[in-house]
Amino acid sequence: MTMHMNTENPICVELQGVSLNYVSNGRNVHALQDVTLAIRQGEFVAIVGPSGCGKTTILKLVAGLLPPTQGQVLIDGAPVKGPQKNVGMAFQNPILLPWRTALENVLLPLEIVQPHRQEFARNRRKYEEQALHLLHTVGLEGFADKAPYELSGGMQQRVSLCRALIHQPEILLLDEPFAALDAFTREELWGVLQTLWQDRGCTVILVTHDLREAVFLASKVYVMSKRPGRLVQEASVDLPRPRTLEDTFEPAFVNLVHHLYTCIGEVRA
Amino acid sequence: MSDKMRKRLLDVIPPTVTIILFFLIWEVGCLVFRVDEFVLPRPSVAVETYFRWQSAIWPNALQTLYTTLVGFGLAIVMGVALGALIGYSELLYKALYPLLIGFNSIPKAALVPVFVIWFGVGTMPAILIAFLIAFFPIAVNVGTGIATVEPEMQDVLRSLGGSRFDMFRKIGFPRAMPYFFASLKVAVTLSFVGSVIAELGASNRGIGNMMVIASSRFEVPLVFAGLLVVAAMGVALYAAFALLERRMVRWAYRGQN
Repeated sequence: MTMHMNTENPICVELQGVSLNYVSNGRNVHALQDVTLAIRQGEFVAIVGPSGCGKTTILKLVAGLLPPTQGQVLIDGAPVKGPQKNVGMAFQNPILLPWRTALENVLLPLEIVQPHRQEFARNRRKYEEQALHLLHTVGLEGFADKAPYELSGGMQQRVSLCRALIHQPEILLLDEPFAALDAFTREELWGVLQTLWQDRGCTVILVTHDLREAVFLASKVYVMSKRPGRLVQEASVDLPRPRTLEDTFEPAFVNLVHHLYTCIGEVRA
Repeated sequence: MSDKMRKRLLDVIPPTVTIILFFLIWEVGCLVFRVDEFVLPRPSVAVETYFRWQSAIWPNALQTLYTTLVGFGLAIVMGVALGALIGYSELLYKALYPLLIGFNSIPKAALVPVFVIWFGVGTMPAILIAFLIAFFPIAVNVGTGIATVEPEMQDVLRSLGGSRFDMFRKIGFPRAMPYFFASLKVAVTLSFVGSVIAELGASNRGIGNMMVIASSRFEVPLVFAGLLVVAAMGVALYAAFALLERRMVRWAYRGQN
């Protein structure tokens, strides 16, 4: 089931000359400036940059949570005009609903997104099986009926990933999903995410400030400048998949991380 | 297991000791300072009086319980409805809040004569006072719980294209439940106070009425027996709703049990 990336795939997400300004505490903030990029279907893209450079803003634009001030955002060629139903999103914090079990948290999108919403009551069994299967894939079998507070941070983030994927979105948006976890858990989840992506073949945009994470997971890494955020570098990662943690000590991997590190150093200066 | 038992005992022993000490000091104080029974009867006398008058006290106590619970039930329905409205819409919140504060600032006892004019002496004023006094904390708590949903949580639903009503149904309302149940504990005791206040002046039944009659006959021990019954029922109602709270919103008490 491995997705083979090829340049023939149609373009899925496109940003054309996108800028964003907003007013915060009476000050005009110039968050993004003239960002143009095209992401092909099934591609795994990472965006790295110094903190506060507007990485998250790009995700919110793609998700339709924010409208751009200038330029436009396209999904499958159509301009984004509001929240999208074929998008799944996971955040830095798991943000699970504490009154729901892990399973019920995973099911949440199916209660909201069409056409599942209409069929939810009727097909609950089927949906629950899908959710259980997904929880199994991320290594959470036997935890379906646990409340969020009974789960560790890493487990909660796994549930959050499942929730982002349950409605089989075409695009997965990840906003520093592993930033709050300890190093071991984080690197373990890289493998989980890689497997999920290879199984499902969805388009992924991962925002992170962890360069090793970006190189491990992505096929292409974009480097952003500090605010106002612009894309200043683009690096393809041609390492074979599936990548393992062993690979992160190979010279090819290390060199790429080092290269990105130098880029970030320059934009931060 | 023994750890759990120890925790149980720690939950039970301190309040029991406090209550026993309270009555002991009261009893001994009255004896030592030779306080007249007519001024402050000893608790043992009040308890003895209670058993003597039991058959007369209980119908009155049940009447008070009845008006309390009916008024409280109304307060729950109206409080949740209004709380949901002001939590859901900031406009409604701004529009209604001053009026609510105004109503809540009126001492409820001052409304008793008004209700007597409208409905006559009896059950109705007690129910209405019980309702009015408990309604406000419930509405404010439910409203607060809904209105203070974290923006991050809203983003989860917004990114899925959820509507404002979805937000309310899936997040706002369930999130407000701990606030709701916390307010019930307070509100039910307030309701009880409200009923008794109304009965003091505007009823021919109920524990409040019984105490007024007893005091007019200078049967002070019976007044105190009535007070003890009121206190015991208040504690029982509080405990019942505290238990319900634990059952219903266990997730809000993580790691505490």
